[in-house]
Amino acid sequence: MTKPVLLADGLVGGYGGHNILRGVSLSLYPGEFLGIVGPNGSGKSTLLRALNGLLPLKGGSVMLAGRPLAEYTPRQQAAWIGTVPQISVPVFAFTVREVVEMGRHPHASRLNRPGGRDAEIVDRAIKLTDIAHLQDRTIDNLSSGELQRVTIARALAQEPRILLLDEPTAHLDIGHQMDIFNLLTRLSIEQNLAVLCVSHDLNLAAEYCRRLLLFSVGRIYMEGSPREVITEENLSAVYGTLVSVQSNPHSGQPMVLINRAYTPEEEL
Amino acid sequence: MRKISSKRRGLVLMALLVLLFVSAVLSAGVGAADVSPKEIIRVVLSHITGSSISGGSDAIIWNLRLPRIALALLVGASLATAGALMQSLFHNPMADPYVVGASSGAALGAVTVFALGIEISVLGLNAMCFAALLGGLFVSLLVYWLSRRGGRVPVGTLLLTGIAVGGIMQAFTTFILLQRPSSELREVVSWLMGSLANRDWPHVIALLPYTLLGLGVAMAWRKDLNILALGDETAHSLGVPLERTKVLLLLVASTLAAASVAVSGIIAFVGLIVPHLMRLLVGPNHRVLLPACVLGGGLILVWADVLARVIIPGGEVPIGIVTSVLGSLFFLYLLRSRDGKVF
Repeated sequence: MTKPVLLADGLVGGYGGHNILRGVSLSLYPGEFLGIVGPNGSGKSTLLRALNGLLPLKGGSVMLAGRPLAEYTPRQQAAWIGTVPQISVPVFAFTVREVVEMGRHPHASRLNRPGGRDAEIVDRAIKLTDIAHLQDRTIDNLSSGELQRVTIARALAQEPRILLLDEPTAHLDIGHQMDIFNLLTRLSIEQNLAVLCVSHDLNLAAEYCRRLLLFSVGRIYMEGSPREVITEENLSAVYGTLVSVQSNPHSGQPMVLINRAYTPEEEL
Repeated sequence: MRKISSKRRGLVLMALLVLLFVSAVLSAGVGAADVSPKEIIRVVLSHITGSSISGGSDAIIWNLRLPRIALALLVGASLATAGALMQSLFHNPMADPYVVGASSGAALGAVTVFALGIEISVLGLNAMCFAALLGGLFVSLLVYWLSRRGGRVPVGTLLLTGIAVGGIMQAFTTFILLQRPSSELREVVSWLMGSLANRDWPHVIALLPYTLLGLGVAMAWRKDLNILALGDETAHSLGVPLERTKVLLLLVASTLAAASVAVSGIIAFVGLIVPHLMRLLVGPNHRVLLPACVLGGGLILVWADVLARVIIPGGEVPIGIVTSVLGSLFFLYLLRSRDGKVF
């Protein structure tokens, strides 16, 4: 069994006096595609901030490749961990290529201009995310799906061993959702990348991720394979609503069906 | 918007440089006594080569107008660069030294020393200028510190804190001024409103090292500035040490602004408008944006100063009034013409 590349142990922390994380432990292995699901406000995004060293921790520790995360300089950390935060409206009109080139920052020095190897890596990241036709466009004129892919390309240009993503498929249509999850699967397998993806979409996560963590109020409620985690009992306990879980006839993975609590009279 | 090609970026920089040179020469000829561009170049060359052909216009050109133009170039470059730095730091195109309180802090520092009547010289600056520098740095750091929430500095909080603290500084400045005899008031208020009148080479020499140092650090940190413009979380994930870099660049921007206030008073809107205009011309990449701001800031201030000199025949308007009026009008025009999507 390989060693985890990222290991969190008993994370406690939040902002002000309020603890959003209340003891979260997890391990992330090279080449795996780990999904994190859970209700709004259960601490999924805060967990990503903690794993990035951005959250002041009141307890617990994060180990990156066997060393405490706090021992890494921001630049060293950025050479290991690429992050795709939730996209926001761009303020300044950088071109797509300029943004992806910024991903080379952890490997650049203050004085040197980017070299041929940097250009190759940027090209590869652009090709992988299928944004070559956009590279001269400015980021203020992209659709959410395009901007999401640019952000992933920037993270890939860092040549990270770990990719952390915060709801990379929010606001995307089903085609783009699948494109992104296919890409993440491919990266985890072909490049042995450790992918940790926060998602709101239970079906997408169940279909693509081999291992899922279900979050509930700052703790991990359940961890395991999609079939173990995505059950009617777990979901109704965590989300406080009734759903049906069936098996996808093509993949055998669980899939969530919505139970309408209110039915109009004419349909009865 | 399509990409702005690197060829166009180069052309814009060249054009700005040529315009700046032509403007400097032309503006030296404007004033109570008109002087031809040929005469101006002759005077400058004679001073550079050391051959002393002192004529009637030599004193006007060399002692009155040229230091003023040199100062306009330096102050314009410093303020525009300070604005560009703050806009990237706070990833908000509305940030500038004035908004974050650096300018009002500098004004309070200067007015305090003026009221106390201290006359000593520190670091090449007289007491008033030095107090302006300290005041500007102190207030920007205070605003930054007051805006911190659990290790984070939310941009909205920062801008609003800047406005609140700036308000306090302005109240104190006004209070101190009103304690002074009215004979002094006119002089100080006209300095406060921003003025390049009666400045001499020592003012230029005093500002020069601060401007050069500030521009140097800004250029060396150009990549970090690009990344910071995308937001704090992104900057951290790309390996920029957030706190250290932000405090350093905030200090640099405040120094540029406060040193400018020290020699020329508060010249508003240059830090806001110039980076904005330059971004429209060359895009947001600081590798090109910063040199463009240096040239564009100088260019705009040289012409604002010409306006300040000629708008009232035989008199002079503080240049800060010119930049405030033109700057805010231009700003309103931008807001309306581009459908609110200004940046």
